[in-house]
Amino acid sequence: MASIHQRDLLLTGFVWSAAALVIGSFLWLLSDMLLQGAGQLSWDFLTAETENAGRAGGIAPVLVSTLLILAVAILVAGPIGLATAVLLSEFIAKDNRIARAIGMSIDVLAGVPSIVFGLFGMAFFSAYLGLGFSILAGGLTLACMVLPILIRTIEEGLSAVPDEWRKGAAVLGMSRLSALFYILLPAAAPALAAGLMLGIGRAMAETAALIFTSGYVDRMPSSLHDSGRALAVHIYDLSMNVAGGDANAYASALVLVIMLIIINNIALMLANSLLQKRISLA
Amino acid sequence: MKFTALLKKAGMLLPAVAILFQINTVQAAEKLVLTGASTIAPLAAEIGKRFEKQNPDVRVDVQTGGSSRGVSDARSGLADIGMASRKLKAEESDLKSFTIALDGVGLILHKDNPVKSLTDQQVIDIYTGKITNWKDVGGKDARITVVNKAEGRSTLELFLNYYKLKNSDIKPQVVIGDNQQGIKTVAGNTGAIGYVSIGTAEFDAGNGVPIKLLPLNGIAASVENVRNGSFPLSRPLNLVTKTAPQGLAKRFIEFASSKNVDDLVEAQYFVPLSRK
Amino acid sequence: MSRSHVNKSHADDILRIALMSAAVLAVGVLLLILLFLVRESWPALQRIGLYRFVSDAGWHPLEGAFNLAPMLIATFAAALGAILIAGPIGIASAVFGRFYAPPVIAETFRRMVALLAGIPSVVFGLWGLTVLVPIIAKWQPPGASLLAGMLILAFMVLPTVALTADAALKAVPKQYLHGANALGISQAGLIFNVAIPAARSGLIGGILLATARALGETMAVLMVAGNVVQVPNSLFDPVRVLTANIALEMAYATTEHRSALFVSGLALMLLVVGLAAMAGKLGGRLHG
Repeated sequence: MASIHQRDLLLTGFVWSAAALVIGSFLWLLSDMLLQGAGQLSWDFLTAETENAGRAGGIAPVLVSTLLILAVAILVAGPIGLATAVLLSEFIAKDNRIARAIGMSIDVLAGVPSIVFGLFGMAFFSAYLGLGFSILAGGLTLACMVLPILIRTIEEGLSAVPDEWRKGAAVLGMSRLSALFYILLPAAAPALAAGLMLGIGRAMAETAALIFTSGYVDRMPSSLHDSGRALAVHIYDLSMNVAGGDANAYASALVLVIMLIIINNIALMLANSLLQKRISLA
Repeated sequence: MKFTALLKKAGMLLPAVAILFQINTVQAAEKLVLTGASTIAPLAAEIGKRFEKQNPDVRVDVQTGGSSRGVSDARSGLADIGMASRKLKAEESDLKSFTIALDGVGLILHKDNPVKSLTDQQVIDIYTGKITNWKDVGGKDARITVVNKAEGRSTLELFLNYYKLKNSDIKPQVVIGDNQQGIKTVAGNTGAIGYVSIGTAEFDAGNGVPIKLLPLNGIAASVENVRNGSFPLSRPLNLVTKTAPQGLAKRFIEFASSKNVDDLVEAQYFVPLSRK
Repeated sequence: MSRSHVNKSHADDILRIALMSAAVLAVGVLLLILLFLVRESWPALQRIGLYRFVSDAGWHPLEGAFNLAPMLIATFAAALGAILIAGPIGIASAVFGRFYAPPVIAETFRRMVALLAGIPSVVFGLWGLTVLVPIIAKWQPPGASLLAGMLILAFMVLPTVALTADAALKAVPKQYLHGANALGISQAGLIFNVAIPAARSGLIGGILLATARALGETMAVLMVAGNVVQVPNSLFDPVRVLTANIALEMAYATTEHRSALFVSGLALMLLVVGLAAMAGKLGGRLHG
């Protein structure tokens, strides 16, 4: 009995210290960011053009470029990801050869390093398709990158829906399409939101894939064919290439983190309200 | 009923997508693309912005990279103007280059390092790994951390050229990409030695970053000595074109080498051209 | 209503076709990536030859030496170290969230970890370069080292491990846990003998995904690992990983050098394919 008790204590100790370590290092990193960047944050910082290579002024054009790149990525990857996930979880059997082939490709895609996406985006979207350095090229590159994340999280959400629901829908004479839209997808909405969150998070923090595709221009973009500097690229340039750029680099990083919190919360809210609505309809 | 309703819903999304893609129909009248040296990129971007203000129909797109890329992009026509933070090489003499500013490259040490100067031979011995401890050059008993630049950087080429070294001779402990990584590395390591752009090093040293510039052959590494030409390790910041520039490119290059941009050059810690 | 009955199977057919084409597109992306990597590496593979990429005197592309082997080894070493650190801690913090923390703390903790996952690698790198590296440099110069790379990578992939482990533990059927509780098994016994085995494939998947992330992480490693092309003799030796090599030199590279960098991209890609194959064997999956 004593040894079991000891083991319990040991595990408890390890688990709590692991959590403490994670929280501690997170706070260390965050406090450093706040300490160095919070002083620069203001409404003007968000709405002003960059000046003097980013040392002065704000980050408005960079923010707009980042959001446009994200929008392209999500608009392209969202539908494809959703459709693929639905196919994999609802329309073909798991042990089917095609399912396994698709699944394997998605797993590989999920592991492809972002810099390889960057190389690919540069060679395919920018050079081969002639999109050059542009928001479009960057967004499409990111779309490829977030696609596997979307597919896998949505698929997981769908597979968590009890089979009885599907059978019930079939008994009621619903087509699979209606069953999909009125029962399965609402039920999987939280997973969908989670997938979007993860995808956006990864996309927004991306530097390596974007430096070669969407480029360096920090002017307000007026079209998707313009080159636009993403926030993470801006942070990299400020910290590595611009003397006296650290404060604004940290401030930009804070903005990025805050945007992430906002997007996460919106996604969660959307998922919950969607779920509520569907349930009350049914 | 449900299917058509769904189709309608999907249909409502389309205009939103269309709007996103439609912005691209608004195109600027003329576009000038510059690619190349990351050293010049921030300066060129600032010059571009001022040029755009004076010429509202023009867009100047600056992409960062390296000098060799700038040269090859200018040659292949991928860029209207290449940026190179060095002189053109002999095999590049078919291209045209226009200097817009000067930059010096200086050796930096941590501020707490007591070493005041190094001879050329000592620098060579340190960088080739023959000297590995500061006590051999009059410093404390501490290991030397050699900071070198990554392949392809023109700062590296300039440095190798001056000391007549090959990159494979150098035994570095840290290889860095851009300028500030070098400054941050040396600032965080009391035994480090590196070489960076003098202007930014002067700025950082003046703003509390614990680094110091070493003189070269007794000549102080200062912006002043780069300006008057006495500092040996200096380089021109060039704009490069394939043929004699015309039209927009010509106007931009003239603007970029005029005194209208001297304040921008200084704001990026480079040395403006001395004009008669 | 009657119309929907008539069209039912027809609509389902259209749906199936639409879904299938999306899946083809998704798979197509992977094939396109491979195709373009091969296409761009081809000149180097042909002129330099595969063998020289592991036998040349070093990596000096401007002097015609293209040995990628030290960088491959460094890439493995850094990723392995990161996983050895982040794996146990990440799983432990997921266990914390599911079994130890009071619900409010658990939820806050999960959100914090999710946030950590979104911090850009550049920020980790900047922090590593200005905080972590100087600390190591005081102890064992030059500071920028394999160790620094491992620690930063561990920090960065920890959320991946923690979040996937959390999801896997959450998916363990409640009956198992209740059953174990009813049998009077201790907390540690419950976790080691019931929860973790039941969540095994999810945990493995998470670890493998984290490994893939660690292999592929670029900017942060570039900023802290020193980037010297060499086979490390100790944790304190500076190393250059494959990704950093691409990021450091791609913007500067032309012709053969550029093509050789695509070869490093291809090598990375093959590593990941190998990892995914391994995941298939181990019963886990490489997903997030």
